[in-house]
Amino acid sequence: MNFISLSEPAPALEIVGLHKRFDRPAVDGFDLAVRTGEFYALLGPNGAGKTTILRMVAGLLRPDAGAIRIFGVDALADPVAAKQVVAWVSDEPMIYDKLTPFEYLEFVAGLWGVDAATAQTRARDLVGWLGLSDHAHERCEGFSKGMRQKVALAGALVHDPRLIVLDEPLTGLDAGSARQVKEVLRARVRAGGAVVMTTHILEVAERMADRIGVIAAGRLIAQGTLEELRERAGSGRASLEDAFLALVADEAAA
Amino acid sequence: MSAPGTVAWLARHEFRLAWRDWRSMIAAGRRRRGRTILATLAVFALFMHGVAFVMLPRDIGAGEIDKTTLLVVTGCVVLSFSLLLSQSLESVTRAFYARFDLDLILSSPMLARRVFTVRIAIVALSLAGMAALLAAPFIDVLLLRDGWRWLGAYAVVAAMGAVAAACAVALTVALFRAIGARRTRLVAQIVAAVIGAAFVIMLQAAAIMSYGTFSRFAILQSDAVVARAPAADSVVWWPARAALGDPVSISAVLAASLILLALAIAAFAPRFGEHAVAAAGAAQMAPRRQRAAAIRPASPARALRHKEWTLLLRDPWLASQTLMQLLYLLPPALMLWRSFAEGTAGLVLLVPVLVMAAGQLAGGLAWLAISGEDAPDLVATAPVPAGQILRAKVEAVMGAVAVVFAPFLVALAFAAPLSAFVAALGIAVAGAAATTIQLWFRAQAKRSHFRRRQTSSRIATFAEAFSSIAWAGTAALAAAGTWFAVFAAVIALAVLGGVRLISPAPA
Repeated sequence: MNFISLSEPAPALEIVGLHKRFDRPAVDGFDLAVRTGEFYALLGPNGAGKTTILRMVAGLLRPDAGAIRIFGVDALADPVAAKQVVAWVSDEPMIYDKLTPFEYLEFVAGLWGVDAATAQTRARDLVGWLGLSDHAHERCEGFSKGMRQKVALAGALVHDPRLIVLDEPLTGLDAGSARQVKEVLRARVRAGGAVVMTTHILEVAERMADRIGVIAAGRLIAQGTLEELRERAGSGRASLEDAFLALVADEAAA
Repeated sequence: MSAPGTVAWLARHEFRLAWRDWRSMIAAGRRRRGRTILATLAVFALFMHGVAFVMLPRDIGAGEIDKTTLLVVTGCVVLSFSLLLSQSLESVTRAFYARFDLDLILSSPMLARRVFTVRIAIVALSLAGMAALLAAPFIDVLLLRDGWRWLGAYAVVAAMGAVAAACAVALTVALFRAIGARRTRLVAQIVAAVIGAAFVIMLQAAAIMSYGTFSRFAILQSDAVVARAPAADSVVWWPARAALGDPVSISAVLAASLILLALAIAAFAPRFGEHAVAAAGAAQMAPRRQRAAAIRPASPARALRHKEWTLLLRDPWLASQTLMQLLYLLPPALMLWRSFAEGTAGLVLLVPVLVMAAGQLAGGLAWLAISGEDAPDLVATAPVPAGQILRAKVEAVMGAVAVVFAPFLVALAFAAPLSAFVAALGIAVAGAAATTIQLWFRAQAKRSHFRRRQTSSRIATFAEAFSSIAWAGTAALAAAGTWFAVFAAVIALAVLGGVRLISPAPA
């Protein structure tokens, strides 16, 4: 396997030759390397395989072939060690209606083995950052989609993950909530974590991501900074949207 | 083809949805599975006809119809009606609260009362159809033996469906007005479950109090009840007479039930939109505050157990559904109480009841903990081996079963220590077996779909029931001190082995 040599610092996420097939190939030889302290956005049309890739990284799906390393840990050989440093947030927040945000965070902290004092401090900080303080002790059953997503995000952060994997985390959020989530994610990256996120909101990728990967038919067809993607897509591509559409169209035509 | 927007058009739409829902439930998207299940159902129907043939006395309804016959038939009608009313309340509540298409329909220019008219009529029809299917083996055998007059029983079944739907509508709307939309859903569902169980339990409790027997009809045939019952020509007996084939009673019962249903629809349909909107508002529940507490240190296993118990305690509907089996422990509890005064020999009978109830309770709880996990991704991405997660969930289930049954076992231990010991062992084994079956048949589902768990895997449901029955039988024989318990245990293990063989391969 072509993992990066041991003399270099291990990337936050390294994916090599990933394959997954359902009725048809969903992921077809996907390679990716995300550095520590990097915000990486994964773009692609519907059905391109983005969610399947992220679910394999989070340990929710087993690949047919390929390798996944998270901070140097082989996620397929030692999933428990890999999961210790990863957080997964899906577009559909999975929380418990009958628990309060605080109780939810207590549960997640228990699952990740965070000691009570640390969990208490982090939970308090997170509900404050995410504007949930007034609702920290109310059951989640009456919460809006945005509030539920913020609770799920707080759960993802309470165990201080080094790699955060998010699948369309801003879907359905209002502008204020989306901004809060983006700020929290940027803060994690500044603190040395890594974020891999899929999104259909190209403006988010354009403004937040250090690098952007474009995926089509289960393969990475282009990646780089916004400037690099514009260059690759050809002259006259002013925005990421133009570049993205041109790249996907080229791939479809090939 | 009916014109769009008419009652007939809506009815066609509803029937199409109901048919496709039923078909996908049966076939689960696989044509062959659908055919296999239909063939199995046909064999089951034949078997039930055989059972009915053996069970029904040859002289039923023959000769002069006396008050005892009318009492027993009326008892059967009331028993069936209580079950239908229970189902009807459930369906009517769903008509108000199931939001998947109400938002679309209510935002259209369609008159809301039309929607309600069609939905309540369909509830009545589906109830009648369900009751007819269940009663068919018995009615068909009577038709074969005793002629066409028994077709009246089908008419009574149809009438019961209409009356149950009408009563359920009236009761639900009354609840809406009395306690508001938010509480109605929970209360109606609990009332439905209690009504479903109450009649059987009351009959059993009364029979035990009076005669020390589990026979449900003994009390209805007692001299005291017969003497106090209305005269044989009373209107009270019309449904029973209709079931027994009296043409005048059939016409009267059918007409009265249809008028009742029509009145319920006419009275309550115009308010349907209003109630549905209120129910939608109730879905956005006012947040409930919990006591603030500091985060306690917890291992992953402890966190999982604590979460399972908290979720169960905080959901009164789920708790009521899960604990409903315990209502059936009321009659044995009465027997226990009576036995303190009259000796302890009868207490052996308690052991299988406790073991059976434990198996059923454990099955329900195991489904909630294992299949009904609302955040499966969260738990699956935790750095905890899958085996440890499952072990913690099983501990949560068995812990809950232990808490529920401990008081019964302690009480039993004072009266009959050996029976208590055997019951404790049986409860542990039946609970473990039911939990294991749920593990073998686990399939991710929403916790709120608890009521549909029995339809999502009928094999698991039957396996759970057979296993509980087999362990209950084993425990009964062991408590009676016979070595036949060993053979019963072998049968119970064989049931489990058979279930393992047909269980789906792990994903």
